[in-house]
Amino acid sequence: MSATASSEVVVHAAPAARGHRVAELISRYRPVVIAVVILVIFGITSIKNASFASSSNIQGILSIGAIYLLLAVGEAMVIITRNVDLSVGSTLGLSAFTVGEMFNHNPHTQIWLVFLVGIGIGIGCGLIIGLITTLARVPSLVVTLAALYIIRGFVNIIGTGVQIEPTVIPHSFVSLGYSTVLGIPWLFIIVLVVALAAAYWMRAFPAGRELYAIGSNPPAAVLAGIPVARRVITVFVLSGALAGLGGVLFLAQVATVNSSAGSGYELIEVTAVVVGGVAIFGGSGSVIGAVLGAILLQVINQALVAAQISAFWDSAVAGALLLLAISFDRLVSFRASRALVAKEGVTYVE
Amino acid sequence: MSSEAAAPVAAPNRAVGVVRALRRWESALVVILIATLIFGTAESPNFLTTTTIFFGGLDIGQIAIMALPLTLIVITGEIDLSVAAMLGLSASVFGYAFAHGTGVVPAMAIALAVGAAGGSLNGFLVTRLGLPSIAVTIGTLTMFRGLAEVVLGQSEVTNFPTSLTKVGYAPIFAHLAYPFFFFFVLAVIYGVVLHKTPVGRSLYAIGLNKEAAFFSGIRVNRTKFILFALSGVVCAFAGIVYTLQNDSAIYTAGTGLELNVVAVVLFGGVSIFGGRGSILGVFLAVLIVGLTQVAFTLINVSAEEQQIVFGVLLLLSVLVPNSAEGYRRLRARVERARRTLPAAGQT
Repeated sequence: MSATASSEVVVHAAPAARGHRVAELISRYRPVVIAVVILVIFGITSIKNASFASSSNIQGILSIGAIYLLLAVGEAMVIITRNVDLSVGSTLGLSAFTVGEMFNHNPHTQIWLVFLVGIGIGIGCGLIIGLITTLARVPSLVVTLAALYIIRGFVNIIGTGVQIEPTVIPHSFVSLGYSTVLGIPWLFIIVLVVALAAAYWMRAFPAGRELYAIGSNPPAAVLAGIPVARRVITVFVLSGALAGLGGVLFLAQVATVNSSAGSGYELIEVTAVVVGGVAIFGGSGSVIGAVLGAILLQVINQALVAAQISAFWDSAVAGALLLLAISFDRLVSFRASRALVAKEGVTYVE
Repeated sequence: MSSEAAAPVAAPNRAVGVVRALRRWESALVVILIATLIFGTAESPNFLTTTTIFFGGLDIGQIAIMALPLTLIVITGEIDLSVAAMLGLSASVFGYAFAHGTGVVPAMAIALAVGAAGGSLNGFLVTRLGLPSIAVTIGTLTMFRGLAEVVLGQSEVTNFPTSLTKVGYAPIFAHLAYPFFFFFVLAVIYGVVLHKTPVGRSLYAIGLNKEAAFFSGIRVNRTKFILFALSGVVCAFAGIVYTLQNDSAIYTAGTGLELNVVAVVLFGGVSIFGGRGSILGVFLAVLIVGLTQVAFTLINVSAEEQQIVFGVLLLLSVLVPNSAEGYRRLRARVERARRTLPAAGQT
């Protein structure tokens, strides 16, 4: 599904139906649409509960949800190449636990070292997954599913009989989890820097653009001389690194960690990324969209609480939202392909 | 597996047939199963006793039952990640209906109907709207779990009739646990349908090439729709069994099991790309996973640490057939090079 390519053809083609053009616009400016939806939810919820739009509440949403946003960046890059990374939750857990253990052994561990180790663990996991996926040519779904279990198993081995008490975690490290700069939580600044860097890389650098080519048509990408294996390994390493960073931030945020830290994140991340407009079979979407998708899920979660609607509805709404998002994408691509058939006489469009 | 697809090409002689049979992933599974049995009996004298067989069957029952409909769906090239959430929704609905005095049989019927409705929703979205099943079922997974929570909330329903809750503590004949017995019966039915009927063969055709299957007269969409609806019903059934065996209906029943179910199916040699796999493979995979769980628990390896073994096995299930394939391809290439090289040298 190359949304950009088909939209160009349609623009040249002719005055298509108005409904079509609106759908096309919404699909092209997906991040903007999601941002608008987020604002609307804010508006409606603050009518019911004025404190919802307060700066402290917004700060809370951005810093509590920061780790989900961070992982969504990596997951988006992986999914854009028509792969999937189900191991992020376990990698996060491994990183968080190892780092916690470092503080357990020496509460005066340097903080930069902690970050280095956490990210290093993530890079290691991502590298192994990327190598297995590309060298053995096995589907990443299976490899990362296996990695989910294996890495979680290691977390449990390390974690048996180990308690990481908040008292051993240095205050300067924990303050990272809640302190703000100019009213913006540190955690969110990190997410912002990472997301913007990733977005810039995927827009402006050949290597980043190639991820889209790989995701739209893997065999064609090989024929075009793109080093597919190297790029796929890169995205898994990046996704792992972000999960590792997420683990460090997780510890900073909650100041304690148990062996199930990060369990179940994988499907939440995939949901956020797809809601954010990344096609599940790759080739289109953006990391900014994915981050906004993750924010939207967080905002809905908090809005239900603030509006005193039972939080039980949270999952039901999130699931319905995902179905709505993919149905909409399908509608747009169906209309685009029909317009192509009508205008250009193309008989088969994927 | 590969022999399935290649069957019509020629009538191979018996020796080739045996070699081909040995190359199947199922043979590797039999070896792993025997290794598990040897390992278990060597490590603990309590391994092959009636108690462990009973509890092993009890523990693996739900995953095993849900693996069957998923196998068929994966063979057609789709996936259903909502299975465990459907188990939870069914448990909630069953418990809610029972607590509100419908009587236990109507409550079961309602739960199964909810399963059929949820499965049909998946089928509708995948076949009528043409949406990717992985995204659809992640969506319905979240939704079903949410609805389960809406229906039952944090409360727990218990005190089901003892004539039914005995599925959780009484063995059926030969020390088998009821859940495993249900799985066994369903596996036989699924096996016959998949391997001995035209409908079953058409599933492989759909998985190998959807367009070709369509043009050869197979109702691709209708078949897939039925598979998804059926998956909903079977998972709802698993939810009822789960509720009865624990004598407790809670909305969190089966949380996170979906990936275990997928892993068992893939470990059983079903290709994630569709068109390949057998009920026998999945059955063996269930036995191996169930028995390793029992063995490791007996030697005090925690359930969480067992995940490493499970992950490695899962990885092997894709790596081994793939590297065997790669080795064959490499050997063919070397063979060809050897044949062409002298000729090139002479000219």
